[in-house]
Amino acid sequence: MKKSPNYNLIVGCTLTAITVSIIVVGFFWTPYDPDAMSVSEKSMAPCLKHILGTDNFGRDILSRVMEGAGTTLSIAFLAVSIGAAFGTLIGGLTGYFGGAADEIIMRINDAVTAFPSILLALVIISITGYGRTNIIIILGILFIPSFARVVRGEFAKQRNMDYVKNAKLMGVRNTRIIFVHILPNIAPVLLSAVAIGFNNAVLAEASMSFLGVGVQPTESASLGRMLLDSQSYLFSSPWQAISAGCAISILILGFALISEGLGYRPMWRPTTKRRRKSNA
Amino acid sequence: MRYLLKKIGIFLLTIFVISLLVFFAFQIIPGDPTARMLGTQATPERVAALREELGLNKPAAVRYINWLKDFIKGDFGSSFSYNMPVRDLLKGKLSITAALTGMSFLMVLIISFPIGIILANFAHSRSDRIAMAINQIIMSIPSFFIGIIFTYVFGLILKLFTPGDFIPHSSDPSKFWSYLFFPALAIAMPKSAMVIKLLRSSMVNQMSEDYVRTAYSRGNSRWQVLRSHVMRNAIIPVVTFLAVTLVDIIAGSIIIEQVFAIPGMGRLLMTSIIGRDLPVVQTIIMIISIVVITVNFIADISYKYIDPRIRFH
Repeated sequence: MKKSPNYNLIVGCTLTAITVSIIVVGFFWTPYDPDAMSVSEKSMAPCLKHILGTDNFGRDILSRVMEGAGTTLSIAFLAVSIGAAFGTLIGGLTGYFGGAADEIIMRINDAVTAFPSILLALVIISITGYGRTNIIIILGILFIPSFARVVRGEFAKQRNMDYVKNAKLMGVRNTRIIFVHILPNIAPVLLSAVAIGFNNAVLAEASMSFLGVGVQPTESASLGRMLLDSQSYLFSSPWQAISAGCAISILILGFALISEGLGYRPMWRPTTKRRRKSNA
Repeated sequence: MRYLLKKIGIFLLTIFVISLLVFFAFQIIPGDPTARMLGTQATPERVAALREELGLNKPAAVRYINWLKDFIKGDFGSSFSYNMPVRDLLKGKLSITAALTGMSFLMVLIISFPIGIILANFAHSRSDRIAMAINQIIMSIPSFFIGIIFTYVFGLILKLFTPGDFIPHSSDPSKFWSYLFFPALAIAMPKSAMVIKLLRSSMVNQMSEDYVRTAYSRGNSRWQVLRSHVMRNAIIPVVTFLAVTLVDIIAGSIIIEQVFAIPGMGRLLMTSIIGRDLPVVQTIIMIISIVVITVNFIADISYKYIDPRIRFH
C-alpha cells in the first residue's frame, strides 16, 4: 500500500511555524505601537496603511493581534511547561512503580479530568484573584493530570518490556531507567500530548480573557480581551472581532493538526494490531 | 444489582467529597466576609453580631454540616452583594441554562450522527477527505467566536434575531426558544465536529473486523451491516465522549451566555466571580459539580446496556 504523506503534520507544522514566526517578530517589532491611540484614525476599515484596520481607539489592529497572540502563546507555553514537567514526573513515577500511590493518584486524576478545565480555572480564579501570573499557574496545575495520565499509561506499558527488565538485571538504578531508558521511548506520545496541551491552553487563555478574568488590559493586549471589547463595535467595525477570532482559531488549528499528525500515524506509533487493515 | 448499588455508593461518595472540597476551598479565602457585607458601616460590635448571626464563630466541621444540611434543604445562604437569598437569585436562571444546554446537546446529536455515519460510509473518498478537513477547521474555532460571527451575520446583517434582546420564557415561549437557537448552535458546532470525527473513525475501525465480512457474506446489504452491526460496536466509545461533550457544553454555555447576553446561570456566575460574591459562586459550582458527576454516573451505568459483553464485577 502506498504511504500517503502525513498532511496533518505538514500543514500543522507550516501553520504553526508561520504564526510563531509572526509572533516572534511581534516581540521585537510591530508595524505600530500596539497601545498608541489616534483620534483621527478611529475604527478604520482595513486599508494599505493599516492592513487589518484600527479599533475604536485608533490603535492598529495588526500590531495588537501580534502582541495579543504573543501574550496568549507565552502563557500557553509556560502553562504547558508546568503541566508537562510535573505531569511527566508524577505519571512516570506512578506508572513505573505502580502500587497504592498509583491507584490513589489516578483516582484523583479521574476526578479532576471529569470537570471541564475552564470551570475549574474559574473556581480557582474566584479564590485567588486574576491576572497573568495566576492564569499561568492555574492552567499549569490543571494540565498536570492529563499529562500524568498519558505518561503513566505509557510507562505502565514499557515497564514490562524486555529492555527494562534487562536494565534492571544489570543493576541500573530506577531513576536512570525512568529518565534515560524509558522516557526517550515515549517521546512521540509526549510530544503529541504537548501539542494537545498547547491547543487547550490557547483555548483556555482566550476564554478566560474573553470572560474578563484573564489577562487584564493594563498588562498587555490579549486576543480574548480584544474579542470581548470588539463586541460593542461589531456592527460598525467587524474586522476587530474577525482578526482576533481568526488569530485564535489559526493558533488552535495549527496545534490540533500537529497533535493529529503525531498521534495517529504509523510512522510514530507502529500499529501492533494483529488484524490486517483491509479496504476500509 | 450489586453492581448498580456499588456504583450508586461511589456516586454518593464522590458528591460528598466534592462538597467537602467546595466548602473548604471557599473557607481558605483571605478576608472577612462580614467586612464586605457591612461595608462602611462596619463597627467591631456589628461585625461580632453578624459573625454570630452567620455562625462564623463555630468550628469549621460544624459549619460544614450546617451548610450541607441547608444545601440539601435548598437553602443556599444569602448573597453578599444583593442581600437576598441565593435561591431567589438562581430562580429562573437554572432553567434558562438547562434549556440552552439541552438544546445544544440535541443539536450535537442531530448534526453529528447522520454526518458521521455518511462520512464513515464514504471513508477515504475525495469528498470524505474534504469534509474531514472542513471538520477539523470547525473544531478549532472557539464557540464564542462562532457566537460573535452568528451575531454579526444572522443578527446584525440578516436581522434574524436582535442581539442582546433576550425574551423570557414567560412572556413568549416561541421567541424564547428561537432566541436560544443561535447560541445553542454556536456551542454545538465545534462539539459536533469532534463527535463526527470520533464516530467516523470508530466506525471505520470496526469495518475491517471479521464479523463485518461475515455479515456481508450472509447477504446483508451495506446499509444493514452499518446500521445493525457496525453501529452497535462503534457507538461504545462515542457514548463516553457524549458524556464529556455534555459536560463541556455546560461549561461552554457559561461563555456563550456572555456573547448573547442571556441572563442564565453562567452570567450570574461571572458577575459573582468578578464581584467576589462567594456564596453565589459556591452554590453554582456545587450545582454544576453535581450535574457533572450525575452525567458521568449515567454514562457509566449505561455501558452495561449498550455493550452486554462487558461483565462487571
